[in-house]
Amino acid sequence: MTDASNRDERIKETSSLRRAMIRPELGGIVGNIAVFTFFLLFAYDSGMFSSQGVLNWSVVSAQFMIIAVGACLLMIAGEFDLSVGSMIGFAGMMIAIFGVTLAWPMWIAILTTFVICVALGAVNGFIVVRTGLPSFIVTLATLFILRGFTIFIPQTLERKTIIGGIRETAEGDWLGAVFGGKILKGFFAWLGDIGVISVFESGTRAGQPVVDGVPMLIVWAIGLVVVGHVVLTRTRFGNWIFAAGGDAQAARYVGVPVERVKILMFMFTAFCATVFAVCQVMEFGSAGADRGLLKEFEAIIAVVIGGALLTGGYGSVIGAALGALIFGVVQQGLFFAGVESSLFRVFLGVILLLAVILNTYIRRLITGER
Amino acid sequence: MKSALKKVMLSTALIAAPLMASAEAHGDDLTYVLVSHAPDSDSWWNTVKNGVALAAEQMDVTVEYRNPPTGDLGDMARIIEQAAASNPDGIITTLADFDVLSGPIRAAVDQGIDVIIMNSGSPEQAAEVGALMYVGQPEYDAGFAAGQRAGRDGVGSFLCVNHYISSPSSTERCQGFADGLGVDMGNQMIDSGQDPSEIKNRVQAYLSANPDTDAVLTLGPTSADPTILALEENGMAGDIYFGTFDLGEEIVNGLKSGVINWGIDQQPFLQAYLPVIVLANYDRYGVLPGNNINSGPGFVTRDALAKVEEFAGEFR
Repeated sequence: MTDASNRDERIKETSSLRRAMIRPELGGIVGNIAVFTFFLLFAYDSGMFSSQGVLNWSVVSAQFMIIAVGACLLMIAGEFDLSVGSMIGFAGMMIAIFGVTLAWPMWIAILTTFVICVALGAVNGFIVVRTGLPSFIVTLATLFILRGFTIFIPQTLERKTIIGGIRETAEGDWLGAVFGGKILKGFFAWLGDIGVISVFESGTRAGQPVVDGVPMLIVWAIGLVVVGHVVLTRTRFGNWIFAAGGDAQAARYVGVPVERVKILMFMFTAFCATVFAVCQVMEFGSAGADRGLLKEFEAIIAVVIGGALLTGGYGSVIGAALGALIFGVVQQGLFFAGVESSLFRVFLGVILLLAVILNTYIRRLITGER
Repeated sequence: MKSALKKVMLSTALIAAPLMASAEAHGDDLTYVLVSHAPDSDSWWNTVKNGVALAAEQMDVTVEYRNPPTGDLGDMARIIEQAAASNPDGIITTLADFDVLSGPIRAAVDQGIDVIIMNSGSPEQAAEVGALMYVGQPEYDAGFAAGQRAGRDGVGSFLCVNHYISSPSSTERCQGFADGLGVDMGNQMIDSGQDPSEIKNRVQAYLSANPDTDAVLTLGPTSADPTILALEENGMAGDIYFGTFDLGEEIVNGLKSGVINWGIDQQPFLQAYLPVIVLANYDRYGVLPGNNINSGPGFVTRDALAKVEEFAGEFR
């Protein structure tokens, strides 16, 4: 390596080991190995690795993944969105109002909600690029505005802050099933029959497996991660995202439509938040004004654990997904391990700090900065 | 590089080890999980934690307390699913939103876990999800009784300070109060938020905009404590009719000084303590009380405050 240091860095040869080590995903991979080792040691017999336990932390991780993909791409493009949590609450409430209060067919309610929320994301992006204000401030305003409407609208129309009855309304709706359904039910029923997973002992579901399918939430999470990863690493648009977040002015000089990229990323973040909301509303059957509180920070934490840089221009969707997995496994795993739940935030803080320190170390290796 | 990784893993294990040890020290055969909907910041649930701790000690069982840190009921559903997956001998949970929580609770019941509903929800809902019983204070009924009492004392209009507007049971208390008074709720309920200074300012703002308000109703220490301050500051303390749900140290002081006319004690201690006793005896000897248990409402007034005062915030 020393003899190569005089040559142009772009054609500098690096060893394959070094190249494997200095990926942005490394922090996430190491973190996952550490976390799983830890819980295998301390919570193995607590039910955490039974079929039900695995489904439990997978679903929680998938929730984080859905919002982390949007937050990750936006952060790489150099912006933040603090309104993700409020958007989740708002989108859920819109579906309830359209579907239950106004009694529209569920698929129209869902599509209308998507249009409204993605448009709100575009407004966020438009204000940010037009005014040049930090997205931190603009989306903080959106956080309050959306949360306020999420409480005000149902309170005015229905005199309550939780609207239920969505499950009944969505019964048999094709688009509702895309978000709230489960797949591979036959396969899981078979697993239950042959005794691989346990079955309910009593009640109306006696004899059915305790895990009866893979929730669409998980399918959406994997789908979004794959799409996000391919777009970011295999397309021209992906390069534009990196360029817009790395040095916006330099990107403009070489012809990257920075404004358009940023607005599109705000819209995508809003889309991801809406996917989260629709899955949750379809599964639980009600929308509440308190849904999604603080989820924006959870998304950012997952992205940062996954190796993205808060200043933009650097990061990976796979890393963000791994970060979300760590987050979900730790959150639910601490319950399985029987840790006092008030200490959860302590763990979260410690893990976040360790991840950031590790990631900074890796980045210095890559860029050579001191 | 390698040594850095090792350091990270080692330090994670080192930090976690003492916490793990304390959690496993009980090693008892009966394990219960209590799941509440309360955010970390709600101090009222300290009484519940104390009740659980005392019952666990007396019955020699392990009880774990869990809650969604932000009070998000979607997260609470995941916690119940998680609790069921860890296969405890019983689950004690609140039923803050039937739509969200009934699915996970019913799945736990079907899995063969005994469930007792405490605090939120209703006896009918508890029966519908297949729970053994309901231990709590029916919220609408308690609000209604309070409204009737206030009506007898000559109240015609009121302000309901709702600090937890996203929970339907909070709104039911206000609605019950309005119905008990026989008036339309209209705009008499405000969303105060959880922050003490915001609550104080909003109460003052409402009362200066509506100076002819007869009564103030608060829904717990979170909204009562700042409201006491607000009334002392604008000179209405002791003058305006003041009732509150739940007890706490400041509320007891308010009762003593005459600022607060009555407090409704739903006795959260019993809501946490009794389910543990019931479950432990059911698991050990198969005995089970034949009905739901109403832990409240009980009106606490200036008389007979001594015991309440001694244990306010701890067991009361």
